[in-house]
Amino acid sequence: MSARTNLAGASAFVVLAAAALAAPAWFVSLATIAFANALVVLGLIVLWRAGLVPFGQALYYCVGAYTVALLARWVGITDAFVMLAVSGLIAGLVAYVVGFLLARYREIFFAMLSLALSMILYGVLVKTETLGSTDGFGVATPTFAGYAPHREALGLALYWLVLAVGALCAFAVSTYFRTTAGALAIPIRDNEIRIEFLGLSVNDLIHLKLVIAGVVGGLGGALAAMSIGHVDPNMSYWTTSGGFVFVTILAGASSVAAAFVGSLVFEIVRTVAVDLLPGFWQMILGSVLLLTILFLPEGLGSVFARLRGAPDRGAP
Amino acid sequence: MVADTCAKHFKILGLTTVLMGVSAIGVQAQQAAAPAPVRLGIVSFLTGPAASPFGIPGRNGAEIMIEALNGGKVPAPYATVGLGGTKIEAKYVDEAGSAANVVTEFRNLVQRDKVDAVVGYISSGSCLAVTPVAEELKALTVYFDCGTPRIFEEAARKYVFRPSPHATMDNTGAARYVLSKKKDVKFFSGINQNYAWGQDSWRDFLSAMNILAPSAKAEKELFPKLFAGEYGAEISTLLTSKSQVVHTSFWNGDLEGFLYQSQARGLSKRMPIIATTAEASIWRMRDKMPDGTIIGGRGPNGPLAPNTALNKWFHGIYVDRYGTPPTYPSYQMALAILGLKVAWEKAQKTKGGGAPTTEEIVSAFEGIEYEAPSGKVKLALGKGHQGIQETAYGTYRFNKQKQTPEIVDVIRFPAECVNPPSDVNSDDWVKGGMKGAKC
Repeated sequence: MSARTNLAGASAFVVLAAAALAAPAWFVSLATIAFANALVVLGLIVLWRAGLVPFGQALYYCVGAYTVALLARWVGITDAFVMLAVSGLIAGLVAYVVGFLLARYREIFFAMLSLALSMILYGVLVKTETLGSTDGFGVATPTFAGYAPHREALGLALYWLVLAVGALCAFAVSTYFRTTAGALAIPIRDNEIRIEFLGLSVNDLIHLKLVIAGVVGGLGGALAAMSIGHVDPNMSYWTTSGGFVFVTILAGASSVAAAFVGSLVFEIVRTVAVDLLPGFWQMILGSVLLLTILFLPEGLGSVFARLRGAPDRGAP
Repeated sequence: MVADTCAKHFKILGLTTVLMGVSAIGVQAQQAAAPAPVRLGIVSFLTGPAASPFGIPGRNGAEIMIEALNGGKVPAPYATVGLGGTKIEAKYVDEAGSAANVVTEFRNLVQRDKVDAVVGYISSGSCLAVTPVAEELKALTVYFDCGTPRIFEEAARKYVFRPSPHATMDNTGAARYVLSKKKDVKFFSGINQNYAWGQDSWRDFLSAMNILAPSAKAEKELFPKLFAGEYGAEISTLLTSKSQVVHTSFWNGDLEGFLYQSQARGLSKRMPIIATTAEASIWRMRDKMPDGTIIGGRGPNGPLAPNTALNKWFHGIYVDRYGTPPTYPSYQMALAILGLKVAWEKAQKTKGGGAPTTEEIVSAFEGIEYEAPSGKVKLALGKGHQGIQETAYGTYRFNKQKQTPEIVDVIRFPAECVNPPSDVNSDDWVKGGMKGAKC
């Protein structure tokens, strides 16, 4: 079954990569940002399955984004691959450190504590006038191992980079879901004591999930920063985290692909809403979320499962 | 089983691809049917906290100017229809959202809707995020309200213009007004929101005061958080200080909250408040705004605008349509659109007729001088991309007989007095003693 999934994933990857050549430039850049954000959602899904809803995932998103921006500003590195590796590493490190604290909390306490941590970063960045405070600052145009494209070529290069990183992360996370540690997510949600009796530490399992979510969140932030070309402290604000939770509800936690589909659908709905009702577009977004919760409590991913008559499954 | 669901979901990605193709076709069809008018993307806050004080007046300014231009009703020298005889078609977009959203919607305007120019942006963060994208896409972009001087000081720009003066002018002008009214200021304080606008405003005001009145001391430097709404502690701090004036760059809700609360506790009687953006709030606050408040309007806008025929006309049509006088964002929008018109028609003339290309408009735009409802403007900074204007400050008084707000004791400062010369960064200029200021 896993071979079939991987094959489906690989073909989707090839089709999406090829589609960029036919799609208009504005849609390619919209999809780039959507898939970069999808990486953060992927991290949320990892935690979501274990019953943990962080309201501060923007912390890693912002750390990744600022790492990219500062590498160019302070160190002069503009190579996308180096910037990505460093961002993932630093975001993972941050997640590892705060994980010692966060892994001990559940439910609302976990949600609020993660929110508090992301707001600390927000507060620090707002106070840092040398980095432009709330206005933020620009990100240097990335290069790709010596290749320095511009305009449409840059858009395509970034899109393919996001797609490649997204595919690698999706593959890694779905492999993780099939390992013992990954498969224990739903049992953790249902009954932690049972896991402890298996001889495993729930806190350690959650700590690992936090690091995974942190790394993919950092990568997402790094890719978003390269694609937007600008970073600001709002990337760490709680509404940004809320946006990721929104997309996770929309997507559902049943599969890794849902993160990408959900994020793309969200971006398309948002942009169409802004186009149709410039002054009331939030109404459309809100209605979509409301309708999703009412009719598809398991997220968009469950539609396809339902269409095929399969029972709903997955996390909350 | 979970993996099986995964397989199904990967097929969704295929559907998405189809969607990409469909939207591409849709857009091409739209372009084929597109009529001849000049297409402008107008971006302003239509939702969120900045919509009612800035975004909506800005949009209204655009709506009414474009309508008047299309009708050929703007007084001379702007009597030609639209831009060089071609009517304008505007598309309004909301500025609210993250930098990612702002950049995405900018790309949509340029690449999907194929607008000929984008006019807009209130938040300095939006302007900073859009600038590199505009340069990359070679898209003519005219900012109307954002204040940060960084846009043209961090790098030279080609496709981006801002006729409205940047925020340094607001605070050097404020310092000069304070000192011309109260020559013996020994202590002053500031209360500004803790975000880029508030921090930059205070830094510029403080540096200007340090240069112009070296013996005056900054006493309390207060930075409550943005949209705090409640300033009890800050007002107590100010009441126990020896300050003779308090500077604030608060706007809308925060400004109103602070002024109501300071009036109730007698702060405004103890020390005048100099509010750099208060002009945008006078028509809402009316008699609730304390008399004696020193009012700025981000340049010679609103009641601070010069008494010209063009200003009277603009004020008249705005009041007729919206029932309230235009505030500074409306004036800045009119300034931006007229700048685009002047550049467009200059390029058309050089070309000898027909629609000018973006490159032609861009080179015609550099360094132009023209007149708007807010008076004369000259694109003197940033290699001819950033405008300078004179500025004005005045003192507020609510006229009880006529039941209308008034700004009295207006002092005008020439453009070269409150703006840096073209080759100096504004921050360095203020800190370095404002050399070359012609007052």
